[in-house]
Amino acid sequence: MSVISPPEVGSRSTPQVGRSMARVDAAEKLRGEAQFVGDLVVPRMLHGKVLRSPFAHARIRSIDSTAALAIPGVVTILTAADLMDIDPFYGHAIKDRPILAIDRVRFAGEPVAAVAATEPAIAEAAVRAIVVDYEELPPVASLDAALELGAALVHDDPLRPGDFHGLGTLPEREGNICYRYGIERGDIDAVFATADIVIEGDYVFPSVYQYAMETHSVVAQVDSGGIRIWATCQHPFLVRAEIAALFNEPLGRVRITVPYLGGGFGSKSYTKMEPLTVALARKAGRPVRIVNRVDESMVTTRRHNVKARVRTAATSDGRLLARDVQASFDTGAYADNGPRVTATGGDAAPGPYRWSAIRVQADCVYTNTAPSGSYRAFGASHLQWAGELQVDEVARRAGLDPIEIRRRNLLRPGEQVRPGGTPLDADLIGDVEKVAEALGWSRDPVAGTGRGVAVGLLAAGAHPVSSAVVRMEADGTAVVLVGSTELGQGQRTAFAQIAGEVLAMPAEQVTCRGTDTEFTPYDRSTGASRSTTLAGLAVQRAADAIRTDLLDIASTIWPDEVASITLRDGAAWCGAESRSYPDLIAKRFGLSGGQLIGEGGVHPMGTGSYAEGPVFWEVCIGAAEVALDRETGVVTILRTATIADVGRAINPQLVERQDEGATMQGIGNALFEEMVFSDGVLVNDNLLDYRIPTVMDLPAASECVIVENADGPGPFGAKGCGEGALAGIIAAVATAVSAAGVPVRELPLTPERVWRAIQTTNRSDDQEEATP
Amino acid sequence: MGAPRPDGRRLRPRRVALIMHIDLELNGARVALNVEPSALLLDVLRDDLGLTGAKLSCDVQVCGACTVLVDGAPVSACSFLAVEADGRAVQTIEGFRETPAFAPIAAAFTRHAALQCGFCTAGMVLTVHALQQAGDLTDEASIRHGLAGNLCRCTGYRAIVDAVTDLTVSASAE
Repeated sequence: MSVISPPEVGSRSTPQVGRSMARVDAAEKLRGEAQFVGDLVVPRMLHGKVLRSPFAHARIRSIDSTAALAIPGVVTILTAADLMDIDPFYGHAIKDRPILAIDRVRFAGEPVAAVAATEPAIAEAAVRAIVVDYEELPPVASLDAALELGAALVHDDPLRPGDFHGLGTLPEREGNICYRYGIERGDIDAVFATADIVIEGDYVFPSVYQYAMETHSVVAQVDSGGIRIWATCQHPFLVRAEIAALFNEPLGRVRITVPYLGGGFGSKSYTKMEPLTVALARKAGRPVRIVNRVDESMVTTRRHNVKARVRTAATSDGRLLARDVQASFDTGAYADNGPRVTATGGDAAPGPYRWSAIRVQADCVYTNTAPSGSYRAFGASHLQWAGELQVDEVARRAGLDPIEIRRRNLLRPGEQVRPGGTPLDADLIGDVEKVAEALGWSRDPVAGTGRGVAVGLLAAGAHPVSSAVVRMEADGTAVVLVGSTELGQGQRTAFAQIAGEVLAMPAEQVTCRGTDTEFTPYDRSTGASRSTTLAGLAVQRAADAIRTDLLDIASTIWPDEVASITLRDGAAWCGAESRSYPDLIAKRFGLSGGQLIGEGGVHPMGTGSYAEGPVFWEVCIGAAEVALDRETGVVTILRTATIADVGRAINPQLVERQDEGATMQGIGNALFEEMVFSDGVLVNDNLLDYRIPTVMDLPAASECVIVENADGPGPFGAKGCGEGALAGIIAAVATAVSAAGVPVRELPLTPERVWRAIQTTNRSDDQEEATP
Repeated sequence: MGAPRPDGRRLRPRRVALIMHIDLELNGARVALNVEPSALLLDVLRDDLGLTGAKLSCDVQVCGACTVLVDGAPVSACSFLAVEADGRAVQTIEGFRETPAFAPIAAAFTRHAALQCGFCTAGMVLTVHALQQAGDLTDEASIRHGLAGNLCRCTGYRAIVDAVTDLTVSASAE
């Protein structure tokens, strides 16, 4: 342990929280040493490849693996026939998904068989040699088709609720609708009937691919010791539970190790390729690694496309009265996280305004397309832009500035957001004023440009169950064990700072490693902006237990001055005297060995149901200024601003990085990202045809304003961030393009779509001029 | 590191009879390899030689996660035949990190937190080095142009541009 220079008597310990400490994983990642699942090699490991259905909907008449099995190096081929000894269905929300298609495929890309071979190319060759006799069936290829009266059913078995949906009692399916979320408050029809201003519109949000650069990858091993998995999973403990249930193993015999993840953004939340890899390894009797290609990951999960009808009622002077939203979320062939996405979308739909009446009906709909799941800021990203376009339209008709109408109508802290839920826990009006200032709202607008601002809320935190263990080693350094996944957001750095702050020691001396379900305590999930808030709170409490321990030991050294003992810079102090942490630990254990162990946990205060939540409302605020080329329809983002309303920034630099990343994803979602399906088959299934933002798309200026009102439920008043800006920017780009004079009804705002909208507007303008 | 595995495990099926012999300089050491004509440099590096710093992502030469340097120029190893490396110098992040040019780039990226998940990082660092060597980093426009072939889904690029701008400014101040 290094020598501690004695601080001034009475001085505070060096603050660890609130400083932009360098990422603890920077060196490993820069040096190319950080290990990802696809880098791992397990002895005797085989390579798995998956045969996927080319059809969106088909009956499987037969599968002939004879020729494939004859290829030298092929060890085994898995088909649904190998799963008859287990109940092969999984799904945390709805147990609707078989490990492999059984008799029927429901989307193009659905796994039908899998090969394990000694080399990837052999496995690939064997996949091509499997002969499947399909009877092609007409697909339910779109939301409209799925919702038609008498539409064919994507699923016709009774709905089986999953173990982790957290949405109360799941009712039966209604046709292809697998879940409905509704909010109703006030007499909505009466308000609309008498309102001065009524805005109505139909809106379309596209399907989007998360594109974590690392594809879904799993290594699995099944033997008499149990099931061992290395996987790209954001929620290892939930995956463990699903694997244990599928393969009839106790939880303790399923071990999941999560190394670094090459991005997640929701695409690696819940169970993805793990069951198939385990089933293949089980049959092969050897470890198997499956690494998806990009086209495979694109049909593993995606963002729901949505069609929505939105109505807003207001008074002629711009008082918002009522909001009515009917939205359909296309969850594809299997529910995945669709029900939660739909509920969160329903919560986000009204917008955080003081409505007299709201009505939301959000439906989660099966279609014969690739399954949809979580993607950063789900729900808010889908619907905030539509509602905010209508707020701006009310402002135009009422002659109000977009900032002013929001200032007048936004909820204030403590007001109800939705019946029965957490009241508003943020200063939205202050946030809007800050984002407007950051964008330069007071500057005179330039011709051919448009400016937009957008406000929304996202139900964040998911289910509040997290736990952590902090150990202090004999040398005075500390280790944090927490089951939260590092997927780029920097939570290991934040946890080190939280523990360092509590323990009055440099965060650089705190080590935080990845999840191994055998050693790290339970954490529900890494998503919903919950890690710093909830896992961070568990870390804080675990560190606090050690702090108490250290003070206990110190009180035996200075028994008469217990009240004046403080912890500072890695030592206990009593006046000018000090004992370093290693000294204190040696005092307890006699020799220079032993370990102090602290535990901390977070659990729900009420029943933990979704209806009582959320843990906190994540603020979704963005502002954008765009230039519009009316000849080509090209939209250029000139500048953006976002608000990171984080309560307390544990690491300000990492907070900014979250907003910067979310901003670029928002620009991609708003301007050009769109998965195109033709009869249910994904057409643009590669990075040439599906474009994500490059550095060339970076706006000339983008600012992230950090707001610290210490109003979060997490450690030191913190609350999560990193998602809100994505929804805020999508909506801000939409409102900015609308302000530039282009009607916006459908995203993304591709040049063609914008150009067509301009032509339509020009034509209707001409007509208006021609008709006096 | 640098020699083929003793068990001679190869990526492609044995059914292909044709094997080509190549000699290259890999991270400063001379390496002799037997590869199939269709073998991709990325697979040889990752699977045969255990050099996993270069990553496979898009597989179509768009994302830059598999970037390595061949005779000092960045190439996408996912779309580069191993036989094309015959007689040439290949540098991966495992080699570059041991050279003096690595530290300033790493320091700038660390200072700006210009990395998050780390999947694109090695490719990004190698590209920056190659651009530096070629004198192609003069202003923000040249930085953007030079890095347009390296995707990063996490950072939103701002911090990366700032980090590289730092390098450019400190280089021109010297």
